[in-house]
Amino acid sequence: MGQSVALKRTPLYAAHVSMGARMVDFGGWEMPVQYTGLVDEHHTVRKAVGLFDVSHMGEIEVRGPEAMRLVDYVTTNAASRLHIGQAQYSGLLYEHGGFVDDILVHKVTEQHYFLCVNAANQEKDFEHIRTANNFDAEVDFASDRYAQIAVQGPLARRTLQKLTPVDLSSIGYYWFRDGTVSGVPARIARTGYTGEDGFEIYVAPDESPRIWNELLEAGREFGIKPCGLGARNTLRLEAKMALYGHEIHASTTPFEAELGWIVKLDKGEFIGRAALVKQKEQGVRRKLVGFEMRGRGIGRDGYEVRCNGVAAGWVTSGSPAPSLNKNVGLCYLPAGEARPGRKIEVMVRNQPVEAEIVGTPFYKRAKTA
Amino acid sequence: MSYPEDLRYTKEHEWVRVAGDVGTIGITDHAQKELGDIVYVDLPKVGAHIEHGKSLGSVESVKAVSDIYSPVSGEVTEVNEILAQAPEKLNQDPHGAAWLVKLRLSAPDEAKGLLSAADYQAYVGAES
Repeated sequence: MGQSVALKRTPLYAAHVSMGARMVDFGGWEMPVQYTGLVDEHHTVRKAVGLFDVSHMGEIEVRGPEAMRLVDYVTTNAASRLHIGQAQYSGLLYEHGGFVDDILVHKVTEQHYFLCVNAANQEKDFEHIRTANNFDAEVDFASDRYAQIAVQGPLARRTLQKLTPVDLSSIGYYWFRDGTVSGVPARIARTGYTGEDGFEIYVAPDESPRIWNELLEAGREFGIKPCGLGARNTLRLEAKMALYGHEIHASTTPFEAELGWIVKLDKGEFIGRAALVKQKEQGVRRKLVGFEMRGRGIGRDGYEVRCNGVAAGWVTSGSPAPSLNKNVGLCYLPAGEARPGRKIEVMVRNQPVEAEIVGTPFYKRAKTA
Repeated sequence: MSYPEDLRYTKEHEWVRVAGDVGTIGITDHAQKELGDIVYVDLPKVGAHIEHGKSLGSVESVKAVSDIYSPVSGEVTEVNEILAQAPEKLNQDPHGAAWLVKLRLSAPDEAKGLLSAADYQAYVGAES
């Protein structure tokens, strides 16, 4: 397919192409959308273990005596409450309360925070944080120093454990450890974007092709498969994890996106706080809700949603949910309409198709010890 | 997969097999691979008049929905009923059992303007 703008490639590009991945433009990056097949890869992650190249994600490091104060000032969640070795999902907001990005904050030391941010937003995020930096801290654009590989699924731990001396069972969900993978330094975080147990590892780009291959070898006995962004999307949608540009963007707030749990209004001043306080007082006008299609059809991103025949909102993400054998989606609706059990209509190619608001997440994994 | 010599192809990745005044229409192996796991196939009803270059239905995969543009003009005489129950057949046998519709052609010569197997192969080879 002809491209006028050169797409960026991760250090694993050659590995994807050699394994027959179908490559697509994803926010300016040439990324694998699928290898063997989206649904097959999806089930592999739910039942066994899948491997994802997420090296397109950005990294920003904040260091210095007031690193914590800066991170706390630019994010919605309470960075001050993190322990060393702990990670936290958080929002970067504009003053008006809309999202600059959704990010992961890792506390490495008292004076060092490591942020994982969305690929397409990384330069914008860096400028946003740097502009807000009236603290004794340094903001460092670190994306070129890291490749990121996600090992996800119930057998992710046993796969990765073969390649690291770090006792992975001792890392809790949303905690991380600095250690080695395949003999080279790695940041190993028990995080993910699939709704399954798993790890995201940050390694030097040059080392990533070797580690990728060793992970495939280590997981062979478990049926590991490389997975593309297609499966990543259906997995995260079933788990109701937000995707920037869909559920969240510059004109949606955390309260509207049902992400109030990442907002700590009591932690002190932060960018966007005043707007959120006001919105909390007044109540949100629209809310993100899940729906299941009842009629035949799939409500996809951008499709209009109607209540009682009148346009009321729009779909932010929609797809077949391979683990549920249903067609599901997320949409914004007026707060007064956003209740489970309510019948709605999704305009699928100009035809109204019946759907129903349901509780979320659509999929939740069974808790294991 | 090789592209059968007896089909004619479009740059939108449909094919047609002409036998007398009957044209059988499908989508190519390249198209099914691009779409991935197919979940719905929407086709016209028997008796519908289809014009060359116009949409005759759609194919929807987990990832996306895509229009099918008819390579030829005519009246629908048969619709492949298998696909309503087993849309995944389109991923398995796009040039054979998973044909979409048959038309009674109103202008059989239209197919002559379409790509040969070799030309289509070269086209998708260059595209991907």
